[in-house]
Amino acid sequence: MVAISINDGAITYALGTSDAEIEAAARNAARTRHMKVVVWRLVVLAILMGSWELSARNTWIDPFFYSYPTEIILRLWEFIWEGSDGVSLWVHLYYTLTAALIGFLLGALAGIVCGIALGRNRMLSDIFSIYIKVLNAIPRVVLAPIFILILGFGLASKVAVAFVMVFFIVFANAFQGVREADRAMIANAQILGASSWQLTRSVIIPSAMSWIIASLHLSFSFAIVGAIVGEFIGSNKGIGHVIQLARGLHDVPLMFAAIIVVLVVVLAAEYAMTLIEHRLVKWRPASSSDAQA
Amino acid sequence: MAPSEFHSQSAIELINVSRRFLSPQGKSFATLNDFNLSVANGEFIALVGPTGCGKSTTLNLITGLGKPSSGEVRVMGKRVEGIDPQIGFVFQADALFPWRNVLDNVIAGPLFRGEPRKDAVLRGRDWINRVGLAAFEGHYPHQLSGGMRKRVALAQTFINRPKILLMDEPFSALDVQTRVQMHEELLSLWSDAKASVVFVTHDLEEAIGLADKVYVLTSRPATIKSVYEINIPRPRVISEIRYDKKFIDLSRLIWRDLKEIVQSGNSVAQGG
Repeated sequence: MVAISINDGAITYALGTSDAEIEAAARNAARTRHMKVVVWRLVVLAILMGSWELSARNTWIDPFFYSYPTEIILRLWEFIWEGSDGVSLWVHLYYTLTAALIGFLLGALAGIVCGIALGRNRMLSDIFSIYIKVLNAIPRVVLAPIFILILGFGLASKVAVAFVMVFFIVFANAFQGVREADRAMIANAQILGASSWQLTRSVIIPSAMSWIIASLHLSFSFAIVGAIVGEFIGSNKGIGHVIQLARGLHDVPLMFAAIIVVLVVVLAAEYAMTLIEHRLVKWRPASSSDAQA
Repeated sequence: MAPSEFHSQSAIELINVSRRFLSPQGKSFATLNDFNLSVANGEFIALVGPTGCGKSTTLNLITGLGKPSSGEVRVMGKRVEGIDPQIGFVFQADALFPWRNVLDNVIAGPLFRGEPRKDAVLRGRDWINRVGLAAFEGHYPHQLSGGMRKRVALAQTFINRPKILLMDEPFSALDVQTRVQMHEELLSLWSDAKASVVFVTHDLEEAIGLADKVYVLTSRPATIKSVYEINIPRPRVISEIRYDKKFIDLSRLIWRDLKEIVQSGNSVAQGG
C-alpha cells in the first residue's frame, strides 16, 4: 500500500503490486484531490466574504454603498419570504423569466431559421449580409428605450429586448454552422439520393446543431440581460424593476440580493442547458463547445 | 490514346470532355482537356496520375455534381443531367453522418429514396452482416476504427445497388494491412454486384491489384497517356498478388510511364 504513489497520472509502485491495488490507490488519490479542490474553493470564498465584511465594519469602505455580506444575506432572506414593494419575489421572478424565456425562444427560432436560410442560399446571404452587419453593430441595449416607447411598459417590450439580444448570436452561429458543414458529407448525401429538403433536414441542420446549441447556451443569459435592461427602463414588476427601485431608495443590500437571485437563475438555466445538450448530441465524442459571441 | 469506339454497352462514356475552372483571381484554367474515356458494363478501371491532374474532377463529372464545360458525359447511354440514382460513390474523406449510428448510416440512401423504413432496416442489417459489422449496428462512427468506418461507407453505397461505382482514393487513409483487407472485401462485393467501377488512386499497386485496366493520366490538363490491360486472372488474392510475376512486370512498366509525367510536369501541384 505504501509503495504506490500517483502523480498526475504517472504511477510508481513496488514490484508485485496488483492492478486492483493500483486502481484502488488511484481512486483514493482522485477523491483526495477532489476534496482538496472543494476545501480550497470554500477557503477562497471565506477570505473574500470575510475581508468584505471586515472592511465594511471598520468603514475602510463605505458600508452605505457596499453593504455587508451578512446584511445582504438577511435582506435576501427577507426578499425570498416577503418580497419587495408588496410583491412577492416569485412574482418578480415570474415576470422577468417569462419575458426572457419568450424572447429567448422567439429569438432562437428566428435566428436558427434565418441562419439556415442564409447559410444555404449564397444569393440571399450576399444581399442581406451587409444589413445584418450594420444591425449587429448597434449595441442591443440602446434599442430598449425605443421598444418601451413603441410597445409600452408591459411584457412585449422586454420580450423584444431579449429577442434582439438572442437573435444575432444564434443567427451568426447557425449561419456559420451551415457554412462549415462538411462538403464530402453533403456530396455523399446527394449521391445517396437526398433531395434538397432532405439534405437540409438530415445533413445541414444536424451538422450545424453543435454550433447552434453552443450559441443557445450562451444566449440564454443574454435573454435575461435583455429582460432586466428592459425592466430598468420602464416596468412595474420584475427583478430589473426591484433593482431599479432599490437604487432609488438607496437599499444597497436589496440590490445585491436581487443580483444573487439573477445569478442563481442563470446558473440553473445553464445547468439545464448542459443536460439538454448532452441528450441532443450523444453521438459526439467529448469536445469543447465552439460558440461565437 | 486514340478515342476508343463508343459502343452501346458502355456504362460510362466521356466524349471530348473539357472542364474549366475559375481561379480565385478570376483566371480560367482547364483541369480536363478533350478527355475521352469509356468504361464497359461490369468493368473495373483505375485512374492513376500525378496529384491534382483532374482525377477527382472526372469522377465529379460522372456523378453529375459537376458539369462539363464542353463535350458530353454519358452514363448507361444517357446524357448526365443531375445526379444519377444508379451511381454510388465512396469518398476519400470520412463522409459518414456522425450523428447517425451504423444502421442509420447504412439505410440513409434507401430512406432518402423513399423506401419504407421497415424494408430498409431489413436490407441494412443484411449489408451490415456482409461487411462484418453485425456487432456494431448501434455504434456511432466516432466509436469505430478507420477500417470499420470504410466498411460502413461500402455498405452505405452498395445498399443502393449502384450500377456504377466511383471511388476516390477511398482507402488512402488506412494502414497497409487494413487496406489489403478492404481490397479483398471490395473485390468480393464487386463480383456479386456486377457494377462498373472507376477507382481513382495514386497508389499504383492498388490500381494493378484491383483493376481490369489501368489508365495513366498526364498532369493538368489531364489527358490519357496510356492504358494497360491487367491480365491477371480473377478471383485475385490481393495479399499474394504482389509476388506475382505479371504484377511485378506491370508495376515496373507503369512506373516508368508515371515517372516521366511527374518529371515533366513538376510545375503543377495543387487541388485534386
